[in-house]
Amino acid sequence: MDLSYSTEELAFRDEVRAWLAGSLPQDIRDKVVGYQHLTRDDYIRWHKILAAKGWSVPHWPVDWGGTGWNITQRYIYDEEFGLAGAPGLPAFGPNMCASVLLRFGTPEQKNRFLPRIRNGDDFWVQGYSEPGAGSDLAAVKTRAERRGDHYLVNGQKIWTTLGQYGDWIFCLVRTDPGAEKRQEGISFLLIDMKTPGITVRPLILMDGGHEVNEVFFEDVKVPVENLVHEENRGWTVAKYLLGHERMGSARVGASRRELGALRQLASRQTKDGAPLIDDPRFRDRMSRVEIELTALELTAMRFLDKMRRTGQPPGADVSMLKIKGTEIQQALTELMMQAVGPDAQPFAAVAGSSVDAFASRLAPRYFNFRKTSIYAGSNEIQRNIIAKMTLGL
Amino acid sequence: MNFEYSEEQQQLADSVRRYLANEYDFDKRKAIIGSASGISEAAWSSFAEMGLTAIAIAEADGGFGGGASDLMATMEACGEALVVEPLLDNIGLAGRLVTRGGSAAQRAALLPGLIDGSLRLAFAYLEPGARYALAPTKTVARAHAGGWLLDGEKSVVVGASVAGKLIVSARTGGQPGHGDGVSLLMVDRDAPGVSLNVYRTVDGLRAADVRFAGVKLGGDALLGAQGGAMPLIEEAVDFATALLCADAIGTMKNANDATLEYLKTRKQFGVPIGSFQVLQHRMVDMYIVCEQARSMAILAASRVDAGGDPLERQRVVSSAKVKIADAARQVSQESIQLHGGMGMSEEMKVSHNFRRLTMIAQRFGDADHHLQRYAALG
Repeated sequence: MDLSYSTEELAFRDEVRAWLAGSLPQDIRDKVVGYQHLTRDDYIRWHKILAAKGWSVPHWPVDWGGTGWNITQRYIYDEEFGLAGAPGLPAFGPNMCASVLLRFGTPEQKNRFLPRIRNGDDFWVQGYSEPGAGSDLAAVKTRAERRGDHYLVNGQKIWTTLGQYGDWIFCLVRTDPGAEKRQEGISFLLIDMKTPGITVRPLILMDGGHEVNEVFFEDVKVPVENLVHEENRGWTVAKYLLGHERMGSARVGASRRELGALRQLASRQTKDGAPLIDDPRFRDRMSRVEIELTALELTAMRFLDKMRRTGQPPGADVSMLKIKGTEIQQALTELMMQAVGPDAQPFAAVAGSSVDAFASRLAPRYFNFRKTSIYAGSNEIQRNIIAKMTLGL
Repeated sequence: MNFEYSEEQQQLADSVRRYLANEYDFDKRKAIIGSASGISEAAWSSFAEMGLTAIAIAEADGGFGGGASDLMATMEACGEALVVEPLLDNIGLAGRLVTRGGSAAQRAALLPGLIDGSLRLAFAYLEPGARYALAPTKTVARAHAGGWLLDGEKSVVVGASVAGKLIVSARTGGQPGHGDGVSLLMVDRDAPGVSLNVYRTVDGLRAADVRFAGVKLGGDALLGAQGGAMPLIEEAVDFATALLCADAIGTMKNANDATLEYLKTRKQFGVPIGSFQVLQHRMVDMYIVCEQARSMAILAASRVDAGGDPLERQRVVSSAKVKIADAARQVSQESIQLHGGMGMSEEMKVSHNFRRLTMIAQRFGDADHHLQRYAALG
């Protein structure tokens, strides 16, 4: 057994680390570690910096601009982002839409969309969930009727993350409402968000932030060449995407950084005249999260090792990385909030208050992170996946 | 990075598993527990023949010079079968103390027997009322006629009744409860003044409370440095804790496998109970916690093998033991609950897994004990 990275892997880690230290704009890093939402400009600026380095789409085939890194290097790259406080690029374009295009797209579709995704020219968002179709995706109702050279799309998407920034949206739509099984009759469409008939409406979450949206489609004309894969075969595409790459959901690097921030915060706070970090009750809870994180990190590395040895994807078991990773993230946001005690109460920074702006963001951050166990296949769905695929129940 | 067992490690575990499947099934185990000695001499000889007792002994002493990582797969196999022989106590604790702390003469006198299975040892270190403390308080050795005079009492000495010799931690100086002034002494189990009160533990092992009343020992009874044995003791207990973690993985996996099988076969309301989502999710959580615990067991084994900074070793072993204790509790409790009334039955192996996992969670320090040590070191 050998639990450490090889010399080459460590050198690669140092290279990524050094580059991030010199290239990540300070204002963007400040926003990430200070728990502020990023603007569209922040995302695009950072994407262009990565694209200029050739690192915006490491996992793509080299012919399309990928780096040719192996699975371990890609994992190290992601984790270094988390440690450095670098925002990951939103997954919708570079990961999700691109994966689908690379697998199912026509040569024309690939040439049209992939370079723009790589360069950060288009901001992509995801149109999956609908009112009444969350984790149960096969229940989508948004209708796309074939009208000669285009589809006419009517319906509504919900929880569209960063939809307010979107140039393009990829959608699951129902093209055959009469299909015998619900999974049949669904198609995968690429829609230009500037098309007439599309309305984006903010959904403000309990943290006060604007992160998700409702997107309404009213007689939206979508050219048929924007159909990916065959009509009524969109479920195949959706399933492919669901099984694609969830190693990143462990987010060990980001949680390590959060834990460091929590330690610092708890060292500065005082309770009964002593640092909060020396309070046994607080200390025990923090230690338990730290141990969970260590266990998660080792488990993720075991999966990596297995993937590298077998050349096979890790299968349903990666769902446990999502479950444990999000539980840890949530526990950390909760401890951060509790660490500042009554200072967590102002809903926003108050001018002239003794409460600093950072403390006032900790409760909203805790609120916001309840999303992590719900999105990307709720943790209950992840348990269903393990129950069925691994345990055979 | 490589998390796989090596071919040798896997082969050894496979042969141990084959042996246990043939010679150590549930009924045979029950007979062993009910026997006078509480262990199987045949099983012990087989373990020695397969090399289990030699792996962690230094090559210079006739062993294979391996570490906890080399024993992980094997300990896991023993955990699956709920082996009751004091393997852990001999190869993890006593063997470790001798091979690392013994003089050349002591190693030559003790280790060949330990390796070939003809000599068993037991480590007597816990004291009544002192919980998991490693530094002795009440057991004292005084200089006497060029040797030692030993008085005191030890509790829950696993394997003492089947051991030829005991390794006893005793105070030869310093303050009660402190690390300074702690020494190790080799004592014949049958020496005058040594008395054993033997009992069965809840998980089927044999343990004893051992009293020492004016036991006369020669000068050569001292193992390791006089008054400076604590680092040796701490290392051996950490080493054994890492092995116990691997042992726990085997028992947890066995409990999980049995529970999963039960969910698939037991029917209620006309369907297998495994079709109920509420049970599926609990089973999934048992599976996940076992995998998380396995990761920590691997880490602990790797850490004790790496040597180096003792505080870092203690911190890592404690983190593993916290996770193992929590996981053992969850898996054992849930496996009983999911089996329903059947799980309560003495006839079902899962109830024996439960008892074993309950004791594993406590042995060498429970979750609270190790969480405290972990936090203090961080």
